[in-house]
Amino acid sequence: MKKKSGGKPESIQSDTSQHLIELLRQMLRIRRFEDKCAELYSAAKIRGFLHLYNGEEAIAVGVMQAMQPDDAIVATYREHGQALAWGIPMKTVMAEMYGKQGGCCRGRGGSMHLFDKERRFYGGNAIVGGGLPLAVGLALADKKLGRNRVTCCFFGDGAAAEGEFHEALNLAALWQVPVLFVCENNQYAMGTALKYSHSNPNLAEKADNYGIANATVDGMDVLAVEAAAHKAVDIVRTEVKPFFLECITYRFRAHSMFDPEFYREKAEVEQWRERCPINTLFKTIQEKGWLSDTEWNQLNQEVDSEIAAAIAYAETCLWEPVEDLTRFVYSERGAGV
Amino acid sequence: MNTSIQEAQPIHLTYREAVREALREALRKDDRVFLMGEDVGRYGGAFGVSKGLLQEFGSDRIMDTPLCESGFTGAGIGAALGGMRPIVEVMTVNFSLLAADQILNTAATYLHMSGGLFNVPLVIRMGTGGGKQLAAQHSHSLEGWYAHIPGIKVLTPATLEDARGMLWTALEDPDPVLIFENTLLYTMEGDISANPEPVDIDRAKVRRAGTDVTLISYSASLFKALDAAETLAQEGIEAEVIDLRTLRPLDDETLLTSIAKTHRAVIIDEGWRSGSISAEISARIMEKGFYDLDVPVERICAAEVPMPYANHLEQAALPQVATIIQTVKRMVTGHD
Ligand SMILES: Cc1ncc(C[n+]2csc(CCOP(=O)(O)OP(=O)(O)O)c2C)c(N)n1
Ligand SMILES: [Mg+2]
Repeated sequence: MKKKSGGKPESIQSDTSQHLIELLRQMLRIRRFEDKCAELYSAAKIRGFLHLYNGEEAIAVGVMQAMQPDDAIVATYREHGQALAWGIPMKTVMAEMYGKQGGCCRGRGGSMHLFDKERRFYGGNAIVGGGLPLAVGLALADKKLGRNRVTCCFFGDGAAAEGEFHEALNLAALWQVPVLFVCENNQYAMGTALKYSHSNPNLAEKADNYGIANATVDGMDVLAVEAAAHKAVDIVRTEVKPFFLECITYRFRAHSMFDPEFYREKAEVEQWRERCPINTLFKTIQEKGWLSDTEWNQLNQEVDSEIAAAIAYAETCLWEPVEDLTRFVYSERGAGV
Repeated sequence: MNTSIQEAQPIHLTYREAVREALREALRKDDRVFLMGEDVGRYGGAFGVSKGLLQEFGSDRIMDTPLCESGFTGAGIGAALGGMRPIVEVMTVNFSLLAADQILNTAATYLHMSGGLFNVPLVIRMGTGGGKQLAAQHSHSLEGWYAHIPGIKVLTPATLEDARGMLWTALEDPDPVLIFENTLLYTMEGDISANPEPVDIDRAKVRRAGTDVTLISYSASLFKALDAAETLAQEGIEAEVIDLRTLRPLDDETLLTSIAKTHRAVIIDEGWRSGSISAEISARIMEKGFYDLDVPVERICAAEVPMPYANHLEQAALPQVATIIQTVKRMVTGHD
C-alpha cells in the first residue's frame, strides 16, 4: 500500500485525516469480523480452532501500511487480521472458515490456514515458529533473483522460544536477507505468561544477539506501529537486511474457543481493554474534528454490510465435492510452478 | 487382601480424568516423577488433562515449559539419565515432529550406542488423531511412524482402564515409552475399579469375541470396529475385535491366534496406509498366518491426503463404520 505523496498544506491535512480514518476503518473491519466469527462459532458455522485477533488490530493494520503490493506476508494461525488488512477479500476468508469451496483455500485450510497466491500471502501456519524459516527462504529467493521485495513475517512471543526462531534469525542475519520479523508480543503463549517462557523477557534483545537491527513499539497504537514499520521496512528494502520489530500488545479474548482462561485475571484484561487501539484512534480523530457522527455511523454501516455480504456469500457457496478429496496432494498436470 | 479394597465401589470418570488420576498416582508414589510440557500447569493442560495438578503438586513437579519441543524433550531425556522419572507431555503428535530428533536420535539410541550402559527411563505422552476439523497441522495420527523405531515402546490406550493403568507400567519400564492419547477419547466416560490393578503393556486384547472375521484396531478406531461388529452381528456375522494396545512391540501371537479361528482380517487405522503400521501388521499376517487366510487381508485407513478442514472432507478421509461393515460383508459373502 503506497503512501500518497503530499501536496499543499491543506491537502496534507485532508490526506492525513483520510489516512487516519482509513486506519480506523481497517481496524474496525477486523474487530467486527472477529466478533462475528465468535458468534458464528457458537452457531457451529465455523469449526475447528478459532484464534481471534481482538486487541491486536493495530499491528496488522499498522505494519501493512509500510508494505508494497508485491511484498510477501507470512503469518500464524491467528491471521484473520493480517489477511483482511492485506486485502484478501473478506468473503473468501469467511467462506474458508465455513469450509466452503468458495473459500480462499477451497475449504481445506480453515481459520488457521488462509492463503492467497496472487497477493503473496503465504499462510496461515499453525506450527508455532514454523513460518520464520519459510520467510527467510522467501527473502533469500528475492535476494538471489535480485528482486527488491520485502517478506514480512508475523509471529508471537511464544514462538520466540522455539529453536526455529533462533535458527531463522541467525540465517537471516548471516545471509542478510530482506525480511521483516514482526513479533506480536501479547505476553502470553496460550496460558503461559512471558516470564515463564523467556529467561530474558526483552524479546528485541534476542535480535540484538544476532546483530539484527530492531525496535520495540507500542502495539496498541496504530500510528506508532505504522511509523516504526515504515522505518523498519525502509531499512530492510534499501539496505537489504533483516529487521526485528517487537510490538507490545494484548489479546482481549481467550487464546482459542476452548480456553477457559485460568491463567490471567479479569482485571488485567480490563486494564488492557482501556487501551483498545480502535478507541484510541477514534478519540484522536474525534478531537481533531475529522469525523462527524454521521460519518462514523456510515463507516460502521459500511463495515457491517461488508461482513453481512461476506456471510451471505459463504452461506451460498457450495461444498467441495467429496470426489475431490485427494486433489492437491500433488500438483496437477499443467499446474504449479 | 484387605476386604475394604475388594469391596470398593467402582468409580465413574472420563478418559481425561483417568489419565489425570494416573498422573496423580505416579506423582504421589514416586518423588522422582515430574510432569513437564507446554501449558501443563497454569493453563491446566491443552486438553485439560493436568488441570489442578500444579495446585496440588507445585511448580517443581508440574513444570510449564516454553514452546520448545526439541529442547524440553531432550531435557527430559537428560533428566531420565540423571535419575529422575520425567513424564514429558507434547501437546499433540503433530508438534512432536519438532522433537522427533531427540526421540529417535537420542532417546531411542542411547542404550544401544552405549553398549548397554545408558538406558533412558522416559515417558512421553501426546495427543493424536483427527475428527475435530483442525486441518492439516493438527489432525494426523503419526503413532505408526514412531512404531517404526527400535528402542522405544509405543502405547495407545483406548479404554479407561488402560488410560488409567498404562502410565504406571510405562514408568516402571527402564526404556523410553511413548503414550498416544487420541484426543476424541478424552470425553469418553465409564466405570472403572476404584483400586485399579496394574495393566500389562505387552499384550493385545480381544475386546469382542467372534468367529467370522478379525477386526484389528487400536485407540479411537477400536470403537468404530466395535460398532461395526454390533451391526454385523445383527446380520449374523460375528466379528472378533482386537485392541492392539501397544504398537511396538506388536503382539503377533494374539493376532495370529484369532486369525487361525476366523480366517479373515481387517485392519482399521486412522493413519495413512502407505508404509504404515497397518502395512506392517498385514505383512506379518502374510508371513506367519498366510495359510490360515481365506481371503486377502483388508485395510481401512485414512485417505492419503493431509487432513482437510471441512467436515465432510475430513469425515471422508477418516475410516468409517459403514466402510468396515461393507468390507467385512464383501469378505464374508464374496460380493458387495
Ligand atoms: C510447535 C507447536 N507447539 C505447540 C503448539 C500449540 N500452540 C498453538 S498456539 C500456542 C501459543 C503460541 O503463543 P504465541 O507464539 O505467543 O502466539 P499467540 O497465540 O499469543 O498469538 C501453542 C502452544 C503449536 N501449534 N505448535
Ligand atoms: Mg503470545
